[in-house]
Order: sequence, then structure tokens, then C-alpha cells
Amino acid sequence: MTEKQKQNLIRIVITSIIMISLNFIEADGMFRFTLYIIPYFIIGHDILIKAVKGIRNRQPFDENLLMAIATLGAIALALYRSGDYVEAIAVMLFYQIGEWFQSYAVGKSRKDIADLMDIAPDYANMENEEGQLEQVDPDDVEIGSVIVVKPGERVPIDGTVVEGHSTLNTAALTGESLPRDVEPGNEIISGSINLTGLLKIRTTKEFGESTASKILELIEDAGSRKSKSEEFITKFARVYTPIVVWAAIALALIPPVVLTVMDSEPMWGAWLYRALTFLIISCPCALVISIPLSFFAGLGAASRHGILVKGSNYMETLSETKTVVFDKTGTLTKGTFSVVAIHPEKLDENQLLHLAAHVERYSSHPIALSLLEAYPNEHDDCRIENTEEIAGRGIKAIINGDTVCVGNARMMEDLGINWKPCEHHGTIIHVAINGEYEGHIVVADTPKPHSKAAIKALKAQGIRETVMLTGDARAVAEAVAGELGIDQVRSDLLPQDKVSEVEQLLAAKPSDKEALAFVGDGINDAPVLSRADIGIAMGAMGSDAAIEAADVVLMDDDPFKIATAIRVSRKCLRIVKENIWFAIGIKVLVLIAGALGFASMWAAIFADVGVAVLAILNAMRCMYIKAQQPETVS
Amino acid sequence: MKKTYKIEVDCANCAAKMEEAANKVEGVKAASVNFMALKMKVEFEDGVEPKEIMKNVLADCRKVEPDCEIFFE
Repeated sequence: MTEKQKQNLIRIVITSIIMISLNFIEADGMFRFTLYIIPYFIIGHDILIKAVKGIRNRQPFDENLLMAIATLGAIALALYRSGDYVEAIAVMLFYQIGEWFQSYAVGKSRKDIADLMDIAPDYANMENEEGQLEQVDPDDVEIGSVIVVKPGERVPIDGTVVEGHSTLNTAALTGESLPRDVEPGNEIISGSINLTGLLKIRTTKEFGESTASKILELIEDAGSRKSKSEEFITKFARVYTPIVVWAAIALALIPPVVLTVMDSEPMWGAWLYRALTFLIISCPCALVISIPLSFFAGLGAASRHGILVKGSNYMETLSETKTVVFDKTGTLTKGTFSVVAIHPEKLDENQLLHLAAHVERYSSHPIALSLLEAYPNEHDDCRIENTEEIAGRGIKAIINGDTVCVGNARMMEDLGINWKPCEHHGTIIHVAINGEYEGHIVVADTPKPHSKAAIKALKAQGIRETVMLTGDARAVAEAVAGELGIDQVRSDLLPQDKVSEVEQLLAAKPSDKEALAFVGDGINDAPVLSRADIGIAMGAMGSDAAIEAADVVLMDDDPFKIATAIRVSRKCLRIVKENIWFAIGIKVLVLIAGALGFASMWAAIFADVGVAVLAILNAMRCMYIKAQQPETVS
Repeated sequence: MKKTYKIEVDCANCAAKMEEAANKVEGVKAASVNFMALKMKVEFEDGVEPKEIMKNVLADCRKVEPDCEIFFE
């Protein structure tokens, strides 16, 4: 609670106590007036002062003036007619309670969301000349300095580990709950929490350019890009308040005058009361506060799941997505080769892999790496000699005295060996020992573990069409698409073709209200990212071009996050719409009831304050939107 | 030149009014207020002294919202 909130709370309590005690005091005329005017000033003096200042600054139509006129009017009515001052004071009291609650709720949610995003520490540890650790301002740490991160601390600046082993929790950055092991030589990004051991890190970036600072900047900027809903509310508020004020004036004057003309009782007092009720409802607070709050909380929830949405407007577009276009490599598939099949002739599978891995020991070709990954304990006591690389063919080596050739079909043909074709799609690696064909190993780019679940979840959310773009050959592309359940495939594309494919899909959309999302890994596809209605870059921390071009950044490369992002945006937008309809609906109802004389000031103050409070509580639900788990998608 | 300032303001409507006022100040190219983050982002015209401009911005914001505060020192 801030100092101001405390003071206001005290004022509210004191006024309530006085009002209750005044119930037991019998008083009449001016004495009664004096008794009641005291709590009125205690609870309302700041509103009156602000109202006067508003008039002086020529900004009359604000809620302070409206509250001042309404309550002073009610007091005047009480003075001449009923002697019931309670209503005017109660209205002011409830207004203040509402304001207090709003300020408390907003402050609290602001703090909750800020805590959620508290990923950049405000200090870095450095060793001084005596070898003592010293806390310094991370802005002052130059590139190439060595900083120390103790267990339990956050990494302040991106860098490379030079000393120490530890596990890192990157949940705040990527939403990934599994800790990551690091050792000297590993790149680590700022914002992750060091869990177990002391780490010394050589910084590779400045603090301001580091991942955590970039993310914070992105999130802070996100609020300034306003959505259509927010713009609508601002416009609505601008016309709504003056209309209600003029309507109130008309309500106070026209009916009594008409009644007088018609020779009946003008009832000035009753119509004035109805007009004052109007004024109390006229503040658009509930809308003006709850809509940005919903978006802010929604952006917060998304970032907790490792999804950065760069603005409320993108949140809105994301929720309208009907078509999702994927880049294949690196997005739906791992982008690296791995062994998918081993077909030996006489040996067993493991032996074939064993020999092939030996031959590829010194190669850094992606295929060699995939073989070594499939056979991790390659360094055994086998003798490997005379390793020789034959360009465009494969590798030959002598293992324990046997000549082993590992390579493509051309290598086999050059050696005059009969090789067998394979029904698998992918790259086929043939193995021959001493001129005898021994079988083949198939390596291919495999789908990521959550790709299939992601497509399923998207379909379940009502995404009409999923499209995969790839530079791969048709057969390979269709095999992958079939496995994952993708609707359309565009294969054999050059990087520049992807833009025109997306443009065609954009032109084919049945209406402008539907959005097309493109998902890429940010490598080579920045133009496509910016061309689509909404560009989603995945695993892009570190690629500045992709972050720049994308509207939504997924912090790790799990495709399931796409479904999560759309889910969060849909829920957030639903809450926004609920609030718009709820707040406007209640206000219009009470306005009508007020004009007809059915609604008292009490109902009016509920329409204003009560609705605002309920809308804020509803908006806060955005913060707790949960992600579906890939395993539970059926 | 772009700068971000911390601000203090009570209600979302008031923040919107501050944004409107700040945009009208001479020397300000564009200003946006983020009520949830309590930050004001100001883009200045070329060759102006931000501190001088911010004094005017604060004065004009106070006219529309007497309670507000901008921290630019």
C-alpha cells in the first residue's frame, strides 16, 4: 500500500464511523446540515479541489467535476426538501472506496506482473584486485569482462562460461521447466537462474544489449502498441462522457418545462435527482481501466509461458488466426540429421552403426555428426587408420585391418559394389567392408517431439488450415506433412519463393477478419515474417533480425508454444469483450432506469464503482491463463 | 532521440490525458504513456534539450491531471 492509499483508507474509515454515529443523533435544520457537512468534506474535499482545478485548466468534463456537481446537487436537494444528506455523502464515500480499490488492484497487479518479469538483476559480481567479490552496476561491465554468478543468482549479462559447472533454470525466459547443464565453453543467456555451482562468465554483450534487457524492453514497449479494442474504448470515452452530461442537463430542464406547459406539477426536484443520477454513471472508468489491464495481464501471462507478444494489437490479431503457415526446417523439424533406420545385411544393427561411426570420427559433416550422436561411445579400442575423405562420395578407413567404406550410392558404384535401395525417405548411407556390401543407414531431419501435438492442438482450437513451406523435395516434404497431419504442402521452394507463397495464401483468405500467421525460425525468413498478418519467430533469442521482423517471439523452439500463444490470445480477447459488454451494458441499463426514475443514486454508484471493480477482477484472470500440455492433446 | 521516464498517475483515463497533453508540447515528436508500466516514452525533435522540454511536458500534464508526476531529473 502506498502512502496515498493509506491516507485515503483512513479517510474512508473515519467517514464511515461518523456516518454510523450520526444515525443516533437527532438534529434538525441548520444544525443537522452542519453535522453532515463535516464528513462530506472529510471524504470529498480532494474531489472538490480537483473539480475547481479542472475548470480553471479548461478540462471540465472529468469525473471529479461530475461527482462534485452530483453530490453538491444532492445536498442542495436535501437542504430544501427531504433533509436526507446521507445519500450525497454515501455516494461520495462509495466513489472513494471504489477509487481506492481500483488503485489498490491496479497497483497489486502491476507488482505481480512486474515480479513475473523481474528477470534482469540490478547488479553484477566482479572480482577486484584483492580477489574480493564486488557488486557493480551491470551497465558499467565492459564486453569481455569476467563476472561471477553465485548459486541462486540470476545471470545479468550474456556470456560464455569460463570456469565452473552448474545447472541453469531458464524457465523465466523460455517457459521450459527442465534445468539445463552448463560447463566451460557454453554460451549462456542473461535472465536464467544459476542453480547449483559458482560460475565465472566472460561477457559477450553489454548489459543493455543482453537478452534479459532486450526482453524487458520488448515487454515495456508492448503496452504502447494499442489494440483496436483499446482505441475503441478511448474514442468511446471521449464521446460518452459529454453526451451523458448534456443528457443530464436536458433531463433536468426539459421534462419539468414540458410538464409546466401541460399545466401539471413540474416536479423540479425529482427530475433534478434523476439528472444527478445520470452524472454519477457517466464516468467510463470501468472500461478505461479494465481493457488495458486485461491486455497487460495477458501479455504477462504469455511471457510467463515463454511467448513474447510485441503489442496488444498483435494479441488481437493472433486471436483471429485461422491459417497457420509453417516453415519446415528448424520449425516443425529439428533442422539436424538423425539416424532413422539401420538396415544391415549380415551384421547386427549396432555393429553396422559402430563401424560407420568409426569411419566418420574425424569428419564434421552434419551426417557424420548424426552418426556419432547415434553411437555415443565411439572412442573404444578399435584401431582406426588411414582415414581418407573422398569428396562428394564418402569416407574410407581401415578398422582393425579391414577396409571400410561409408558413403553414398556413387561411392558404391565407383567401387563396383551392388547396393540396395531403401524405402525410407532421407539420406541413405551405404557401408561396405573389404568390397562386400554390408547394408545402409538412413539419416533424416526428424520432426520435433511436440510438432504433431501442436498441429492437433491448433486444429482443436479451430485453425482451419495448416500449410508447410519447404525447400525439400516433394516426397520428403509430403512424408513429413503426412506424419504431422498438415493440410497443405508447398515443396521445392527457394527462400525467395516463400514470400510469394504467403502472398498467395493471404490473397486467398475469405475475409479480412481472419488472420494468417507465419511461423519460422528466423533464419532467412525475416521478409516472410513481416509479410504475414502475424509473424511468429521461434527459438529466436539471439537473432536480432528475427526479433525485429516478428510480431510474436517464442523464446525456445518448441512448436507447441504456437498453440499456447493462440490460446492465451483468444482467452485474453474473450475477457476483453466480456468487460466491454458487461460495463457498457450495465451502464446503459442503469441510465435508462435512472431516466425513468427507477434507479436511485445508490444504483448509479454501483453502476460506476461496482462495475469497475468487477471488470478489474475479471481482467486479472488474464494473468492466470494456463497452457495446455502437449501430452494431454488427444 | 528517444527517452523513457518513470511517471506517477492514478487512473488510466488520466494517463490517456497526459499522453494527449505531452504530444502537444513543442519539441516533442511523439509521446506515449504506458499506464500499466507507469512509463512515459518521449521521442524528441532533433537538436532539443530533453530536460527543458520535459519541464514543459510536466507543466502541461499537471494542467490536465494535477496529481501526476514525471521523474526526469
